[in-house]
Formats: sequence, structure tokens, C-alpha cells
Amino acid sequence: MIDVEFSSKVVTANRLHDGAVVFRRPDGGWAVRVEEAAVAPDEPAAKALLGAAEADALAALVVAPYLIDVETRAGAPMPTFYRERIRAFGPSRRFHVDVPSRHP
Amino acid sequence: MYRYDELDRTFVRQRVAQFRGQVARRLAGELSEDEFKPLRLLNGLYLQLHAYMLRVAIPYGMLNAHQLRALAAVARKYDRGYGHFTTRQNIQFNWIKLAEAPDALADLAEVGIHAIQTSGNTIRNTTTDEFAGVAPDEIEDPRPWCELIRQWSTLHPEFSFLPRKFKIAVTGSPHDRAAVRVHDIGLRMHRNDAGEVGFEVLVGGGLGRTPLIAKTIKRFLPKQHLLSYLEAVLRVYNLAGRRDNIYKARIKILVHEIGAEAMSARVEAEWATLRDGDLGVTEGDIARFAAYFEPPPYRERPARSEAVEALALADPAFARWRKANLFPHKVPGYVAVKLSLKPAGGPPGDATAAQLDAIAGLCERFGFGEVRVSHEQNLVLPDVALDDLPALWRALEPLGLATANIGLVSDIIACPGLDYCSLANARSIPIAERLGRRFAEIKRAHDVGKLHINISGCINACGHHHVGHIGLLGVDKNGAEHYQITLGGRADEHAALGKLLGPAVPYDAVVDAVERIVETYVRLRRDGEIFIDTVARVGVAPFKEAVYVAA
Repeated sequence: MIDVEFSSKVVTANRLHDGAVVFRRPDGGWAVRVEEAAVAPDEPAAKALLGAAEADALAALVVAPYLIDVETRAGAPMPTFYRERIRAFGPSRRFHVDVPSRHP
Repeated sequence: MYRYDELDRTFVRQRVAQFRGQVARRLAGELSEDEFKPLRLLNGLYLQLHAYMLRVAIPYGMLNAHQLRALAAVARKYDRGYGHFTTRQNIQFNWIKLAEAPDALADLAEVGIHAIQTSGNTIRNTTTDEFAGVAPDEIEDPRPWCELIRQWSTLHPEFSFLPRKFKIAVTGSPHDRAAVRVHDIGLRMHRNDAGEVGFEVLVGGGLGRTPLIAKTIKRFLPKQHLLSYLEAVLRVYNLAGRRDNIYKARIKILVHEIGAEAMSARVEAEWATLRDGDLGVTEGDIARFAAYFEPPPYRERPARSEAVEALALADPAFARWRKANLFPHKVPGYVAVKLSLKPAGGPPGDATAAQLDAIAGLCERFGFGEVRVSHEQNLVLPDVALDDLPALWRALEPLGLATANIGLVSDIIACPGLDYCSLANARSIPIAERLGRRFAEIKRAHDVGKLHINISGCINACGHHHVGHIGLLGVDKNGAEHYQITLGGRADEHAALGKLLGPAVPYDAVVDAVERIVETYVRLRRDGEIFIDTVARVGVAPFKEAVYVAA
């Protein structure tokens, strides 16, 4: 049965060594930019994507992968829900932008 | 303050080394996340929305200048140059890398601070009055008792896997600045009819999804029995507290279910087996712990400073800062000064590395090298000589730490919210920033007067919204951020939970709603009546109308 309500999905996780939010790319690597994520258009593709991501979690590359809903904007995936947008793009405002530190 | 001995230093270093090994094994894939998570949480390391978050314990909110500089260095070296002070007097770093967390902890260990028991189902940092030891209304300095509790509760083998987390707060003053009635155990020092000082023991307070005010289970506990009695409470909770449902696992649910009388009886029965054991606090112990908190070498000073009076007349900005940010001190010629971490339009409770370094210098220059963290997420210089106030104020201004808004509408308590926290449903900081900008005009804030706004980004209530005079709770409503508004909460000795005003309002409407509430108060208040008293007198109806009907 085809689920007409299915919303496209990408898989996201936190990178193990620094906690950064990452998205699984089509080549199996992980990107910090959601625009580079592999998009699953249907349920079987989403399942396969998540399965591959879970293997990466077992291999200690990422932590707690899960699927999120995306829409397509300018040809690239964009998280549907605001929580996932904040995860993808960082805090809603860059706090303390003028503060020097080693990390960007 | 308490000074680490060789045993403490060795222990904390060993703990860092142990954690370093655990992190290495996790990174190498030898430990799974399920195996590693409880280990990192026991060291204060959470995985949040964008990165790992390290919560560092600040025992009862006391820091010295060396520790401030070490925190600044950690912010610079391992984070993005700032930290966030919490409602439990701790500090959190938001952008820590797992691989570097052991290095950060090793640096902190060198100045006697750590992150042990800042997470997990353990006894957390014991908190107290930010004016402990200097407050004129104080019956007795609570800090020696906090330190005693800290040592007893740190790595207590019986209480390392409680049903849920456990928070203790202590006040040594009749005016409760430590919110003891919303803690798992609240300890209130007071005198009995014989004039002896002891503790009233309150249990089962807490916020979160089931907010409850603590109930008294012992009116007067002689001081020497403090630890045996706490042990009895914890043992009853550890055995009888629910472990089947995380939402019903806090001691407040147990106390609520069996009642304060039954709880008291159970604790008494347990205590009977413990009170004459080796947890008794001797006179010698009391003296030894009190010695760590000896008053600094105050000088004799006049109770009035002509320089301060002159500047207050000449400069209204200084006059407003003096009015809002200064607090009385038990020694004539001294005051406690609050440094506002609530700049107009800034995130509440954040301090940059540069600010932390500067404050370290200021507490050495204007005090005795010590600061306090307040549970309202501000910092305190506890021992400032009156004559030094003009120089201190001039030094604070360019650092952005002289906002004259302590206790006022823009002195907002807020959790990190959805900008950082993986549990949150809605953002807290941008709401606080918008409210801060809306009430940025200090003259207006002073005209409105004492008003506490508390914001939580989810039902876990880290922003203590239930006990805010105005409380805002972020909720997700149909996939959009909304905020429930409560009125009339308070965390002091008259602790009460706020009343829900009506349906949650959307993100873009919440600042206007708060402003209408404030305007309604200004319209209805009697001479000298503060917000919370007006709400108590007139009820929530006029405010409800202002928010929902006028809108």
C-alpha cells in the first residue's frame, strides 16, 4: 500500500567526538550541512537510510541517529519542524558573536 | 571557603584520569553509548542539541578568583568563549567536544572544581543563600552545613543510584533567598524556644511536571543530628521512591502519595537506627567546618560614605544602580553588590570569558577574592566597602555588568531552552531578550518595581516558571512555539505556585502579553504595592482580560 501521506526524510545524529549535528550523505559520509543530506522519498528508503546510520552508531561514528521530516527548498532538503531547524542551523541567534575562542 | 587537602586533590585528579580512560574507550568503540552515557552523566557531561554540555559544580555558589579565571580559560579554550550560570548556582558550557572534555576537567581540577554529581540520579550540588555569611538577617552562616552535606553526599555509596535526582537547599535567614520550599529537601535554620539553633526540615518540594511545595516533616532538628537525619530521609526515599515511572520517581511524589505525617513517621523510624551512629556532628566537626568560612579581615569603616552620597546626587544612573543592585551587609561600611548578568536584550545568566576574568580581578580589588552565584543567575561581590562603590560601578559599566535591574522586570530567570537543550519544546532566551529590550529603559523598570519573570522552555521547569511572579512555559502547540502564562508564583518563604492565566499564546505575541500584564498592574496597584501583592489582592481576572480580551 502506498502511503500518500509520507513525508520525505533525512537521517540526523550527533557526531560522537564533538557532538556536532550531522546528516547522512548519499555517499554514506556525514555532513554538518542539512542541504547535503540524502533524502528518502518513501518508507523503504527511509528504513534503509536509518539502518545504515545505525551501523555507523555501532561503529562509534555518530550517536542516536533518527529520521526527520524534510521539505524541499531550492532543490535542497530543509527540516519541516522548528526544533529540527534549530538543530540544523544552530541557536536562533549567534550569542556572543564578538567573543574570541578557539572554536568557531 | 573550603580548601582542598591532598586527599581531595588526588581524588579529583584520579577521577579525571578515570573519565579520560572511559572517553578513550568510547571513542575507540569499546564502549557503546548505552554503556557510556551513565558514566559521562556522572561527570556532568550531557549530549545536547548541538554539542556536549558540561555542567560544572559550584558548591553552594561560592567561587574564588582563581576558579573564575579557570572557568574563563575553559570557556576560551574548549568552548565558544562563554558560560551559562544556572538556577542551581552551577555553570554550564554549551559547546564542549567529547574528546576534549577530560582536558577541561583536568584544568578545573587544578583549582579544586569538578563536575561530579552535576547529573544522574544522585544528590546534586547543595545550594544556599547568595548572601550567606554577610546577610544582616542571618541566624547562622549556612555554608559550613552546606560543606558538611557536600562531603557526606559526594560519592555516597548508598545514594549513587537513587530513583531520581535529588536537590538540597539551605537557608540560614528567615527571608528565604535559596528557594528551599521547592527542593527535594529544604533546610531552614531557626531558633527554638530555648534559643538553640537547628533546622526545620522540609521535604518533597519541586517543580517540573508535578509542581509541589515542600512539607515540613520536622520542626526542629538539633544541628548535631543533621547528617543522620538526612541519611534517614534519603534511605526512606531510596527504598520507597518509585522506580517504575520516571515522572513519578521524585521524592515529592512519595511525600504527596503517603502524606507528610506518614513520611515523617517513616523517617523517624529509620532515624532511630541512625541517630546515635557515627554520623553525629561533634562540636569539633562544627568548629573545623566553620573555620573554612571565617569572616574575612573587615576593617572598621563609617556606615555612610560621602563619596557615594555625592555621586548618587550627581548621577541618576549611579543612584538607580545603588538602589537596585546593592544589598545590606552585617558589617557597617560594607555592602553586597550584585553584578547583573541580565543586560537588556542579552541571554540571561551568560558570562563571557572576558567578563569572568574581569570579575576575578574586581573581586580581588573590591573584596576578599571571592564571588557568589545567585540562583537568579547573577553574580555577587559579597564584601564591597562603601567607599569603593563609585570605582566599582565605573569598572562594571564598560564590562556590561552594571545593569541596574536586580529584582526588576528585566532580571529574568531563563533556562537555555530550545536554542541549546534537547528536551525543550520552545525557546526561552529570545523571549527573555525581547522582554529585556521591551523593558530596557531602566527608569521604566524601576517604576514597575519588583517583578520576577521566569521562563522555562519545557515542563521540566529549569527556569522555575511555576514560582515566577510571571511564569512563562514554552509548549509545542500544533508544531509551533507557544507559551503558557502563570501569575502569582513565588519562591521565597511564602512560596506559592502561579495560577494559569488561560490558553498558551504564540511566540510572537508573548512579549506583548507580558507588557499588558505589567500595564494592568501599574494601573491597579496601590501606593507602594509590588506586583505579586497586587495579584494576590485582585486575583488573575483583570490580567486575564488584559491578555485575552483586549488582544
